[in-house]
Amino acid sequence: MTNYERWHIDRPLFHALLALAATSLFVLYSAGGNNLLFALGDALRLAVGFVVMFAAAQVSPETYRKWSVPLFGGGVLALALVLAIGVVRFGARRWIAFGPLSIQPSEFMKLAVPMMLAWYFSRRSLPPRLTQVIIAALIMLIPVLLIAKEPDLGTAVIVLLSGVIVLFLAGMSWRTIAVVVLAAVAAAPVLWAHMHHYQRQRIYILFHPEADPLGAGYHAIQGMIAVGSGGIFGQGWLHSSQANLHFLPDSTTDFAFAVFCQEFGFFGDLALLALYLFIIYRGLRIAFAAQDSYSRLLAASLSVLFFFDVFINMGMVSGILPVVGVPLPILSYGGTSLLIIMADLGILMSIHGHRRLVN
Amino acid sequence: MYRIPLKNSGQETRLFRSRVTVAVILAGLLVLILVGRLGYLEVVRHGHYATLARNNRISPVPIPPARGLILDRNGIVLAEDIPVFTLQVMPDRVRDMKHLLARLKTLIALNKQDLRDFDRRLQQHRPFQDVTLRAHLSEAEAAHVAVNLMRLPGVTLRARLRRYYPLGGLAVDAIGYVSHINQAEEQGPDATRYFGFHHMGQLGVERSYQKDLMGRIGFKDVEMNAAGRAVKVLKRIAPRAGRNLYLNIDAQMQAIGEQMLDNRPGSIVAIDPRSGAVLTFVSSPIYDPNPFVDGIREKAYRKLASNPNAPLNNRALNGLYPPGSTIKPFFAYAALQTKWFNPDSTYTCPGYWHLPHNGHLFHCWKPMGMGPVDLETAIEESCDVYFYHLAFKQGIDRMTRYLTYFGFGHRTGIDLPGESRGLVPTRAWRRARHRPWYPGQTVITGIGQGPLLVTPVQLADAVAAIANDGVRMRPEVVRGVENPVTGAVRYVRPFAYPAVPRRRKKSLSVLIRDMTQVVMGPHGTARGIDWDHVLPYTAAGKTGTAQLWNAIPGYNGKHIHSDALFIAFAPVSHPRIALAVIVEHAGFGALAAAPIARALMNFYLLGHVHVRKVNQTNGRVLPVGTHP
Repeated sequence: MTNYERWHIDRPLFHALLALAATSLFVLYSAGGNNLLFALGDALRLAVGFVVMFAAAQVSPETYRKWSVPLFGGGVLALALVLAIGVVRFGARRWIAFGPLSIQPSEFMKLAVPMMLAWYFSRRSLPPRLTQVIIAALIMLIPVLLIAKEPDLGTAVIVLLSGVIVLFLAGMSWRTIAVVVLAAVAAAPVLWAHMHHYQRQRIYILFHPEADPLGAGYHAIQGMIAVGSGGIFGQGWLHSSQANLHFLPDSTTDFAFAVFCQEFGFFGDLALLALYLFIIYRGLRIAFAAQDSYSRLLAASLSVLFFFDVFINMGMVSGILPVVGVPLPILSYGGTSLLIIMADLGILMSIHGHRRLVN
Repeated sequence: MYRIPLKNSGQETRLFRSRVTVAVILAGLLVLILVGRLGYLEVVRHGHYATLARNNRISPVPIPPARGLILDRNGIVLAEDIPVFTLQVMPDRVRDMKHLLARLKTLIALNKQDLRDFDRRLQQHRPFQDVTLRAHLSEAEAAHVAVNLMRLPGVTLRARLRRYYPLGGLAVDAIGYVSHINQAEEQGPDATRYFGFHHMGQLGVERSYQKDLMGRIGFKDVEMNAAGRAVKVLKRIAPRAGRNLYLNIDAQMQAIGEQMLDNRPGSIVAIDPRSGAVLTFVSSPIYDPNPFVDGIREKAYRKLASNPNAPLNNRALNGLYPPGSTIKPFFAYAALQTKWFNPDSTYTCPGYWHLPHNGHLFHCWKPMGMGPVDLETAIEESCDVYFYHLAFKQGIDRMTRYLTYFGFGHRTGIDLPGESRGLVPTRAWRRARHRPWYPGQTVITGIGQGPLLVTPVQLADAVAAIANDGVRMRPEVVRGVENPVTGAVRYVRPFAYPAVPRRRKKSLSVLIRDMTQVVMGPHGTARGIDWDHVLPYTAAGKTGTAQLWNAIPGYNGKHIHSDALFIAFAPVSHPRIALAVIVEHAGFGALAAAPIARALMNFYLLGHVHVRKVNQTNGRVLPVGTHP
């Protein structure tokens, strides 16, 4: 029994994560203005992330299953608290402050919702009946609406997506899917009418970034400039003019990928994408090998969600999706999101590492 | 251990696997879209975005070149670029503006106007942009600020080059001045040429030699960050300094002329008849062009513009004067070309003349008449009756034709912008105004009155033509253009107009002999010039007194003080200087204008000036041999 096995660590996944963490250090050192202190902060953040992952891997899937409901309940409570006593930053009430620390409960729901739904479906025979689908949808809509109220449309969509993924993987019938899609299309104008002005602006700007190059379109345009100027081989590490001269906003967080693109080019992108896809592939392998319904559903959902995190961020930076504040997993500088992602991956490892206990 | 029952395990696994497969296919499609998009941006559109990224960070900053110097014929600097310092403040970096201003007040002079202007600019300033607090710091003030710059956060001293005319208004009407490029020039057809320049020549040779003086703009590519602050200089294309101008003008002679006119309205143009070189070009009163460089204050401008002596008018170039008797030699020349005219035959001057078959009388300036006069006497003593008669006999067509040969009625082509044509009245000119030509007009034109108008440049150039054997040269203010790097000078080639037609060989020498009598003869109207008989050279000339009737509104119909005119050249044997002097409202030409001409000729030919004091109030020419 190797050390990896003893501590329930999946070796390929772990190595891929190390590679990503190293990439993050390099990219953020450059994007943060060649600031060693900033890179050190990033290293510390990643270290904490690995500790969380390691800890999450030690907990058995069985425990997660049992704690799914309390965790979800706690999350919803925290969201309600945010609306009541949350801290307003950048015009949105998203944080709860604990002295110097502040946490973002909405991020946590990206994990809690799949757990909750996986727990719900694991107790029922699949495919689920329509009533079960509706009940599950109602369960997940509670946090989604709370988050949308903050307002944090990006996270709300991701949380909604996390629930939809579970529903889809659980085997929700195609007919229901078709009805939901049609309903969504029909509801789009109503949603549009209820959006905040800046949210509409972002969607409008997605199609016409040139309309407001210095205002709402600024992020999108500067991101595309950074990506496009990278070329095939990139400008080289530390040579992202867009980040160094501060043309690119959020270059260490949501737009870190743009910096990566400018420095490492198309081939670098392909390599990074391959690394992410490998992690997702590994997650799906773990799901296939899982031995109970809960673990299987949760592992697959978290992997697919991970994919969407990556896709949404890259899509946003390259201008095929609107600018929603979704960081690139692990690479972007962001506390809560990293911890949640590492917890996700820790759970995946736990599912893989503990499977011998079954049977 | 609690175990989850795998209900219908096989079917559920199949369902799960099919769903994951669908998800993977969907994800694969999305990845393809993403890769396609990245490839499109980074490979297909790379050039476009690379340019955008470059434009983001690199802005070309123009480096203006030093404008060429303007020097007089002896190398005295008349116009140069000097560094001036501008004090600027970036308000975003100043914590306490009041405190800062109080500290600056101890270092430099800041008056209320400066502070008011600063407050106004402060209202309009954009983030992280410098706001000018005071322009034109003296070197001492700049030094005071520079030493304390460390203790004045947000304050910067910016040095730039500014045009400066060290001799003030000296020769301002020939040199002109530079001032801010106006919008029409900035957006006109030459807009690209002036890109990056803030000033351009507005008048004088500053304008006409603008292309030589301006040089070529340099650029530096400056890397800017998103806040618009320069980070570093990437590339530098050095500017090419403008070429230097050497003028034909002699600054000392110019100063003598200006001082002798002493801001009385008037004009002096002196020309080297051999080459057309303009030695002196005075339009009095003069004004200081320095305030115009960075935009003159409105109050100061209004003061200049409302001055009744109109210093802003370029009299030498645009002043339209009746030439008075100074035109007589040219009509005499015209008559000398005919077969019927004999310069030695006399015509009796009774003090008046009237048109045949017409009772209208024309008076001579000498009421009692001069008795029998030949051409020599007529010119020497400026007999009007003789020239009334001559004009009547010649007819206006012949007279105007010869005036045209001498350049009147046309631009002389001097290298200054905006020259006036003057006015040579012809029958056609009258016809165009639906008026007939009256013989009386021919008669008064014969003594330089009537509608005939000349500019001082035309007058000087015409008398230079007499001095230069009938060949009129184009007047040139600029002697040469010097390349400041190689030191090579491109001289302006003298340009000769077609010689004035001469049908009788001796006619010009006869005319010059008679004009010499004006200055040297015992009865010459300008004999006072050489009152002490010390001039080692002989000069020829002609006085003139142009009567003005209604030149100024309010004086309508009343006789006002006449303009004094004098044209001359010297030495007679091989003329090196020809000039025209006009002093407005100064009365008799010989009194006010001739001494100025003498001083300038003395200075140019002898190197020193003997100025004779003339008793202006007396108005009497001192007889030869008497000492004041």
